[in-house]
Parts: sequence; C-alpha cells; structure tokens
Amino acid sequence: MARTTRKTLFGTGVGFVVIMVWCLLPVAWILSLSFKSQDETNSGSPQFLPKHWTIQNYRDILNNSDFLYALRNSFGIAIIATVLSVIFATLAAYAIARLDFRGKRLVLSLALAIAMFPVVSLISPLFDMWRTFHLFNTWPGLIIPYMTFTLPLAIWTLSAFFREIPWEMEQAAQVDGATPWQAFRKVIVPLAAPGVFTAAILTFFFAWNEFALAISLTSTTSARTVPAQMSFFVGGDPFNPPYGQLATASVIVTIPIVIIVLLFQRKIVAGLTSGAVKG
Amino acid sequence: MTTTVATAATRRERPAATDRAVAENRLGLKLVAPAVIVMLVVTAWPMIQALYLSLYRYRLTTPDDRAFVGLRNYGTILTDSLFWRDTFNTVVIMLVSVAVELVVGFVFAMVMHRVIFARGIIRTSILIPYGIITVVSAFAWQFAFSLNNGFVNSWFAWLPGIQTGADATNWFGHHWPAMFAIIVSEIWKTTPFMSLLLLAGLSQVSEDMIEAAQVDGATWWQRLWKVILPNMRAAIMVAVLFRALDAFRIFDNIYVMTRGAQNTESSSFLTYRQVIEQFQLGLGSALSVLLFLTVLLLAFGIVKLFRVDLARARGEG
Repeated sequence: MARTTRKTLFGTGVGFVVIMVWCLLPVAWILSLSFKSQDETNSGSPQFLPKHWTIQNYRDILNNSDFLYALRNSFGIAIIATVLSVIFATLAAYAIARLDFRGKRLVLSLALAIAMFPVVSLISPLFDMWRTFHLFNTWPGLIIPYMTFTLPLAIWTLSAFFREIPWEMEQAAQVDGATPWQAFRKVIVPLAAPGVFTAAILTFFFAWNEFALAISLTSTTSARTVPAQMSFFVGGDPFNPPYGQLATASVIVTIPIVIIVLLFQRKIVAGLTSGAVKG
Repeated sequence: MTTTVATAATRRERPAATDRAVAENRLGLKLVAPAVIVMLVVTAWPMIQALYLSLYRYRLTTPDDRAFVGLRNYGTILTDSLFWRDTFNTVVIMLVSVAVELVVGFVFAMVMHRVIFARGIIRTSILIPYGIITVVSAFAWQFAFSLNNGFVNSWFAWLPGIQTGADATNWFGHHWPAMFAIIVSEIWKTTPFMSLLLLAGLSQVSEDMIEAAQVDGATWWQRLWKVILPNMRAAIMVAVLFRALDAFRIFDNIYVMTRGAQNTESSSFLTYRQVIEQFQLGLGSALSVLLFLTVLLLAFGIVKLFRVDLARARGEG
C-alpha cells in the first residue's frame, strides 16, 4: 500500500479538481452571464466574465409577472405533489418493509416498471383525457402525474430506509407501558423521519425539473411552471435569445436546489443510492 | 437458492392463515392500495387509452374525420424515414452518453471513494448538476456553444476545426456539431448521478478482497477487471439501466437547444410534436405506444444482458 500512496494521493487530488471544475463551471458560466448587460450579449461577448457587471437582468426578471406566476406555480405544484407522493409512499413502504402480505413483489415490480416509463408516452393520452376532465392547464393536471412518477422512487427509497429500522423497539416501548400509537409516534416516527425527508427532497427535485408534461399540459401562466415558461421566453428575435434574462431566470430557479443540496447533501446521497443499489 | 431457503423458513414459523396473518395481509393491502391505485390510474389507464386512440385516424383540428383505421397508423410510422431517423438519433445519444458516463462516472466514483479531505464539498458539488433543472443546463450549454456569446469557441480555438472570430464554428448550424452539443449537456448533467450509484457499488466491494489480490501480485488493471468490476455488477447494471432508459426519453435539452433543427429530433420530440403541435392524436398515440414498447424491450434487454435479478439485488428476495 505505502508504495502507491503518494501516486494515489496525487491522482485523487487531480481528480478532485477535475470533478469540481466539471460540476461548477457551467454554473459559474450561467451566473456570470446573468451579470452581463443586454448590450454586451447583443454585440457578442464570447469572454467568460462580463466586461461590465450589472444587476439589471435581476431587476427585469423580478418585474416580469409571467416569470413570477411561473415561479409560484412551480413551488405550489412541486410542494403539493411532494406531500401527496410522500404520504402514499410512506404507507406503502411501511407495509412493504414491515408486513407480510401477498403481492408485495408485485407492488415493487409495478413501481420499478413505472420508474422506467417514458413520460412522453403519456402526453398523447393525458392531453386527450385532461381536456375531457377539465384538468388541462390546471394545477391538479400536473400534480397528479408528478405524484405518480415520483411514487416509485419514493417507495423504493423509503422501503430501503424502513427495512433498517429496528421495529422491536416499538414492542419494547409497548412493554414499557406506551400505547401502540404512542410507541409508533415516539419511537418509529423519529427513526423514519430522515428517510421520509429524503424521499421528499428527491420528489421535489423531480417536480421542480419536469418539462415535457409541463409544456404539453398547460397553455397559460395559470399553471405553467418555470421550466416551461423559460422555454417560451424567447424574446423578439429567435436567433438572438435574451441571454442575460434567461441566465438570470436560470440562476433564480437553481437557488432552491443549491440551498437544499447544501443543507442535506448527506441525506440526498443516502437516498439516491439506497433506493437504487443496496437492500 | 438462498431465497427458497428463506421463504421455507418463514413459512415454517407461521402456520397457515392464523388470524394475525390474515389481519396483516389485509392491512398490508390496505396500505399499499392508494399508491398502487394512483400508479395504475395515471399510467396503465392512459396507456390503454393510447392503445385505443392509436387505432384511429384522429386529428383534433378535424374531429369529424375521426375513423377507425386499425393498424394503419403503425404502418404509416414504421415506413416513414423520419421515424427511423429520429430513432437513430435517440439511439446514438443514448449509446454515446451512457458509454461516456459509465467511464467518467466510474473515475469520479473512484476519486470520491479515495478522497479523505473535503468529502462534503465534493458531494455537494456533484449533487448540483444532478439537482439543476435540465432546461437550465440546456441553456447553459447552448449559450456556451453559441456563435457570438459562447466561450467554447474562444477557449478551444487551439483544437483543429474550431474557429473563433468572424468565421467562428457554428455548432448549431450542422447535424453532428449540434448533436455533440446536446450530448455534452446530457453527459454533464447526469454523470454525477451515475457516479453516485457507482460509488455506492464501489463501497460495497470488500477492501480485504482487493488487498488479497494485491498480495497475490495482481496488477492494478487486473484488480480492477477481476475483483472490483465483477463485484459491482449489480450496481453497474442499475446505473446503466436507469441512465439508458432516461437517455432514451431525451427531450428537454433538444427542445431548448435546437428545437429539433439540423435533424437533431429524438423519438420523444417526434411524439410531442405530433400530439401538441400537429394535434395528430391517432398518430401520436401510436408513437407513444411504440416508444413505450421500445423502452420495455430495452429494459428487458439490459436486465437479461447483466443477468441480475433486480429485486434480489436489493435484498427483496
């Protein structure tokens, strides 16, 4: 081991720098663009950093009511879809981890099949059905599919978490005189909470990110989410998009993601990998 | 083998249908019911609806013209060169991005596995491309490759074929350069996810085994191919499976970066365009069904290729 240590350390150091540049360069680029003025981008500014820094783009985008509506829709739809998905997934995952019942494998297989489902396949039937049910261009019209598509990931992540909870503690608490409800609330809920939380973050990421359904099942700012709104925000000249403002909108929708990642990176990594790799 | 033994053991412990077992079974079904119903109602039912619609000539702009045409929509699609061109594009994007991601993701996973300092920083950074919305990443790369405002041309002008200034390389003016830009954006965003899955697989390979191989005189290369990779088979399969299917439904990047111009349309984009822009519900539904079948076939193929029982790989037994 000792012989290779120095070489390994060097390689790891180089790798570390490469990973950091890989992950952060496009983020730095979009951040830098958001501070370039309209004049600068219109006249062509292939340099990485702005020649003159300006916050005009931020003023413009925060005065753009379409963008603000979209931001509101995104938050509302993502949060409601997350809450619903996590509630349903928690019930199912608890049953899968804790109880013995017929069809357990079937439920997991179904979830797996849906995780692989091509979302675009649903555009045609949902477009038709949502018009019939008056769900087209409404919040529920997006919440329902988002909830469905995040259920598999939430169920898999949560059942992996739940399987590691020492359920005997619940009985131990009951032996000590707690009612079943107290035992559940005081012992199991605190142990399960981190898993539930992780599932919620991953679900939120999905709903925040989703694009294909968002542009297909909405038509106005009353339900259009930020990704969809941004794709329609092309300005007057299709060959010269409003770089600065799009970059600024990009920065703003990325802020919630960065905050969540900064606060909960450990949990997200655990959730992503436990749901997909280990038992 | 282990599975059968385990099941037999549990069966022996619990003799047939005690009250408790019946109650547990019933409670279990009740608890999974909401999730299962939601999943079936929102995927299975629309899929049946798509199957039904795909048998009709049905265009929203001329609703009275709606008529049963049997499998004719499928015939139209399968004999159309546009469909095959888009399928080819999708397959190219999938193969290239998954292959590159597998290699780069594995290198990243190795680095993260070895890094002892700043673990939090590296994990936080790697989650940012994962968490960023695809539309944003597509914009970032579109602007980076842009003719007038992108830094790619000026930074890489030393490479043959890349020019800056008046006759700068127009990445979105030709088919392969545009495909390249799309693939770059796809790879950038999803490699971190791949590397996290591989990292989890890597951390499950026992260090003792690797050291034993080293003591036996195995080179680094041999250790990688004979010890590390075979023991990560399940993790690699899960990563490849998820990413391949994900790449196959590529849509967001293409929509933002080229809108399908320069023949960069994917299968998903074609389906979207038929339904939402052309209102061809019949043809679009047939495309949806074909897309679904392809993904199903792809998933089946990958699982067969790696010969891993997914449920068992997760200890579900």
